Amino acid sequence: MSIHVSNIRKSFGAFTALGGIDLNVPAGKLVALLGPSGSGKTTLLRIIAGLDEPDIGSGRIAFHGEDVTRVPAGKRKVGFVFQHYALFRHMTVFENIAFGLNVRPRRDRPPASDIADRVHRLLKLVQLEGLDARFPSQLSGGQRQRVALARALAVEPKVLLLDEPFGALDAKVRKELRRWLRRFHEEIHLTTLFVTHDQEEALEIADEVVIMNQAKIEQVGTPQEVYDRPATPFVYQFLGNVNVLRASALAPAVTPGAPALMRDGQIYVRPHDIAISRHVPGAGAAGFFAEVRAIHAAGPQARLSLEHMPGRERIEVELSRSELVGLDLKLHEQVSLRLRRTHAFSDDYAI
Amino acid sequence: MSLLRKEHSVLPGFGLSLGFTLAYLGLIVLVPLSAAFLKTAGMSWAEFVAAVASPRVMAAYRLSFFASLAAASVNAFFGLIVAWVLVRYAFPGKRILDALVDLPFALPTAVAGIALTAIYAKNGWLGQWLEPHGVKIAFTEIGVFVALTFIGLPFVVRTLQPVLEELQPELEEAAASLGANRWQTISRVLLPELFPALLTGFALSFARALGEYGSVVFISGNMPMRTEIVPLLIITKLEQYDYRGATAIAVVMLTASFGLLLLINLIQKWSRRHHRV
Repeated sequence: MSIHVSNIRKSFGAFTALGGIDLNVPAGKLVALLGPSGSGKTTLLRIIAGLDEPDIGSGRIAFHGEDVTRVPAGKRKVGFVFQHYALFRHMTVFENIAFGLNVRPRRDRPPASDIADRVHRLLKLVQLEGLDARFPSQLSGGQRQRVALARALAVEPKVLLLDEPFGALDAKVRKELRRWLRRFHEEIHLTTLFVTHDQEEALEIADEVVIMNQAKIEQVGTPQEVYDRPATPFVYQFLGNVNVLRASALAPAVTPGAPALMRDGQIYVRPHDIAISRHVPGAGAAGFFAEVRAIHAAGPQARLSLEHMPGRERIEVELSRSELVGLDLKLHEQVSLRLRRTHAFSDDYAI
Repeated sequence: MSLLRKEHSVLPGFGLSLGFTLAYLGLIVLVPLSAAFLKTAGMSWAEFVAAVASPRVMAAYRLSFFASLAAASVNAFFGLIVAWVLVRYAFPGKRILDALVDLPFALPTAVAGIALTAIYAKNGWLGQWLEPHGVKIAFTEIGVFVALTFIGLPFVVRTLQPVLEELQPELEEAAASLGANRWQTISRVLLPELFPALLTGFALSFARALGEYGSVVFISGNMPMRTEIVPLLIITKLEQYDYRGATAIAVVMLTASFGLLLLINLIQKWSRRHHRV
């Protein structure tokens, strides 16, 4: 079931949390709402779930064309998963998952044996078979989050909403669980919207990424689109490491791209889009020069910190470790840099 | 395995602080209480039975326990509502209302007793409206219950408040998004979460009511077999220089109260067994 959000506004006193949001989540997709804290992403998710109300007189929320703006949370058929699980700690895993079915009025409630069947099917789906009699306090963080997911799915929601689902987990479990979520999504194909502030997470598992900043949507697109063709300087900076260089500080020859850059605009370049070579005196200006200030060789990629002399600008470069070994660089050595791929934005954008 | 198996801790002074705790509790609590037991031990079994099981004393036990139980139950219910309102809503005068809750703690109990009697007596503010309808409060069992309710309220409110403040709003939201209505959310999600604290408040209120003397003696009228509470009988025996009779009743009360509080503690421990998250 698709989700349509049109012109939703929300303010808390003088603070604007959402300033007229329009968004389409196509049916069956896994979509990430990505943004820094305070960008309004969680507020938007909560409004879609019906846990918060949009400002009076602002737009509407529709599921599959049906207006649900005034429908209470419990009747929207959404599954909501909280960052800190919000499991009922006095209930077993089984009772937690069955909760949404057990609170139905008697005429809509499935018989106890059907509920038990469904709970066991869900436990199998989230790979927690045999843990039905445990209490939440006896489970690890990753297991608790999967119980929360099973509990949300038990009521057969038409949309699944996850608020920073992996935010409270440690780095390794988070990686495992997000890949699991992706495979899980491919099995059940439920329209899913999840909030995250982790760009790596969003880019890795989402079909589509919605980038929010300061109560607005900055860009919507597939992970590759938003990464390769960021619409705004904010998106560019948020999605990865970036060097911001003043165009005038660089020689014209080194900046492939629009001539507009020749004004005193700013050039955005990713650390891995800079080619580095040893400086050969008298070999002509194939690039521009910088001095090696620090070499960080730990990790899968090596990182160099360089200083570009005329403006004393810092430049970060990433290269493979074998490349680094091949170059055999020393500290304070002059090297030649070439920008493989740059980005510029017209001056209308302020960061 | 030693009973006092010591684990290494960054905090120093386990031995010292445990020693202090035991000495302090001994001095403040155990010595006076054991004096009551020792005094009673001087009685023969027949004397003891005669002192603690006479019809007048039995009537007082009944009144003390049932009135305290009723007062603590009513406090548990209304205290929960008061605590809920004070934690969940913002309204003008909230600070004042919050301070009012502590007044039964601070007020000398005799003052409370006299005030309650004045209000509920035949010519009092409330009494003059209630008496014509056949509702007598002052100088009846109901009066005892009213006084015990008054002095017990702060215990429930003050034990519940911090727990309510800590309660995650996500629990209610999760229940709501799963389709539970307000009543189901309260009865299946919130009350089980609050139950241990509610039980503590109930136990404190109950214990306080059992021992209460000052506020009750004015409003009860102290009619033998009808509105005498156990602490009053103890005072009466003391006034008659029957020290052993007084301590004998005290011993029965102490044993019964200790047993009840222990039971409540066990229930509480059991109800908190999954609250480690």
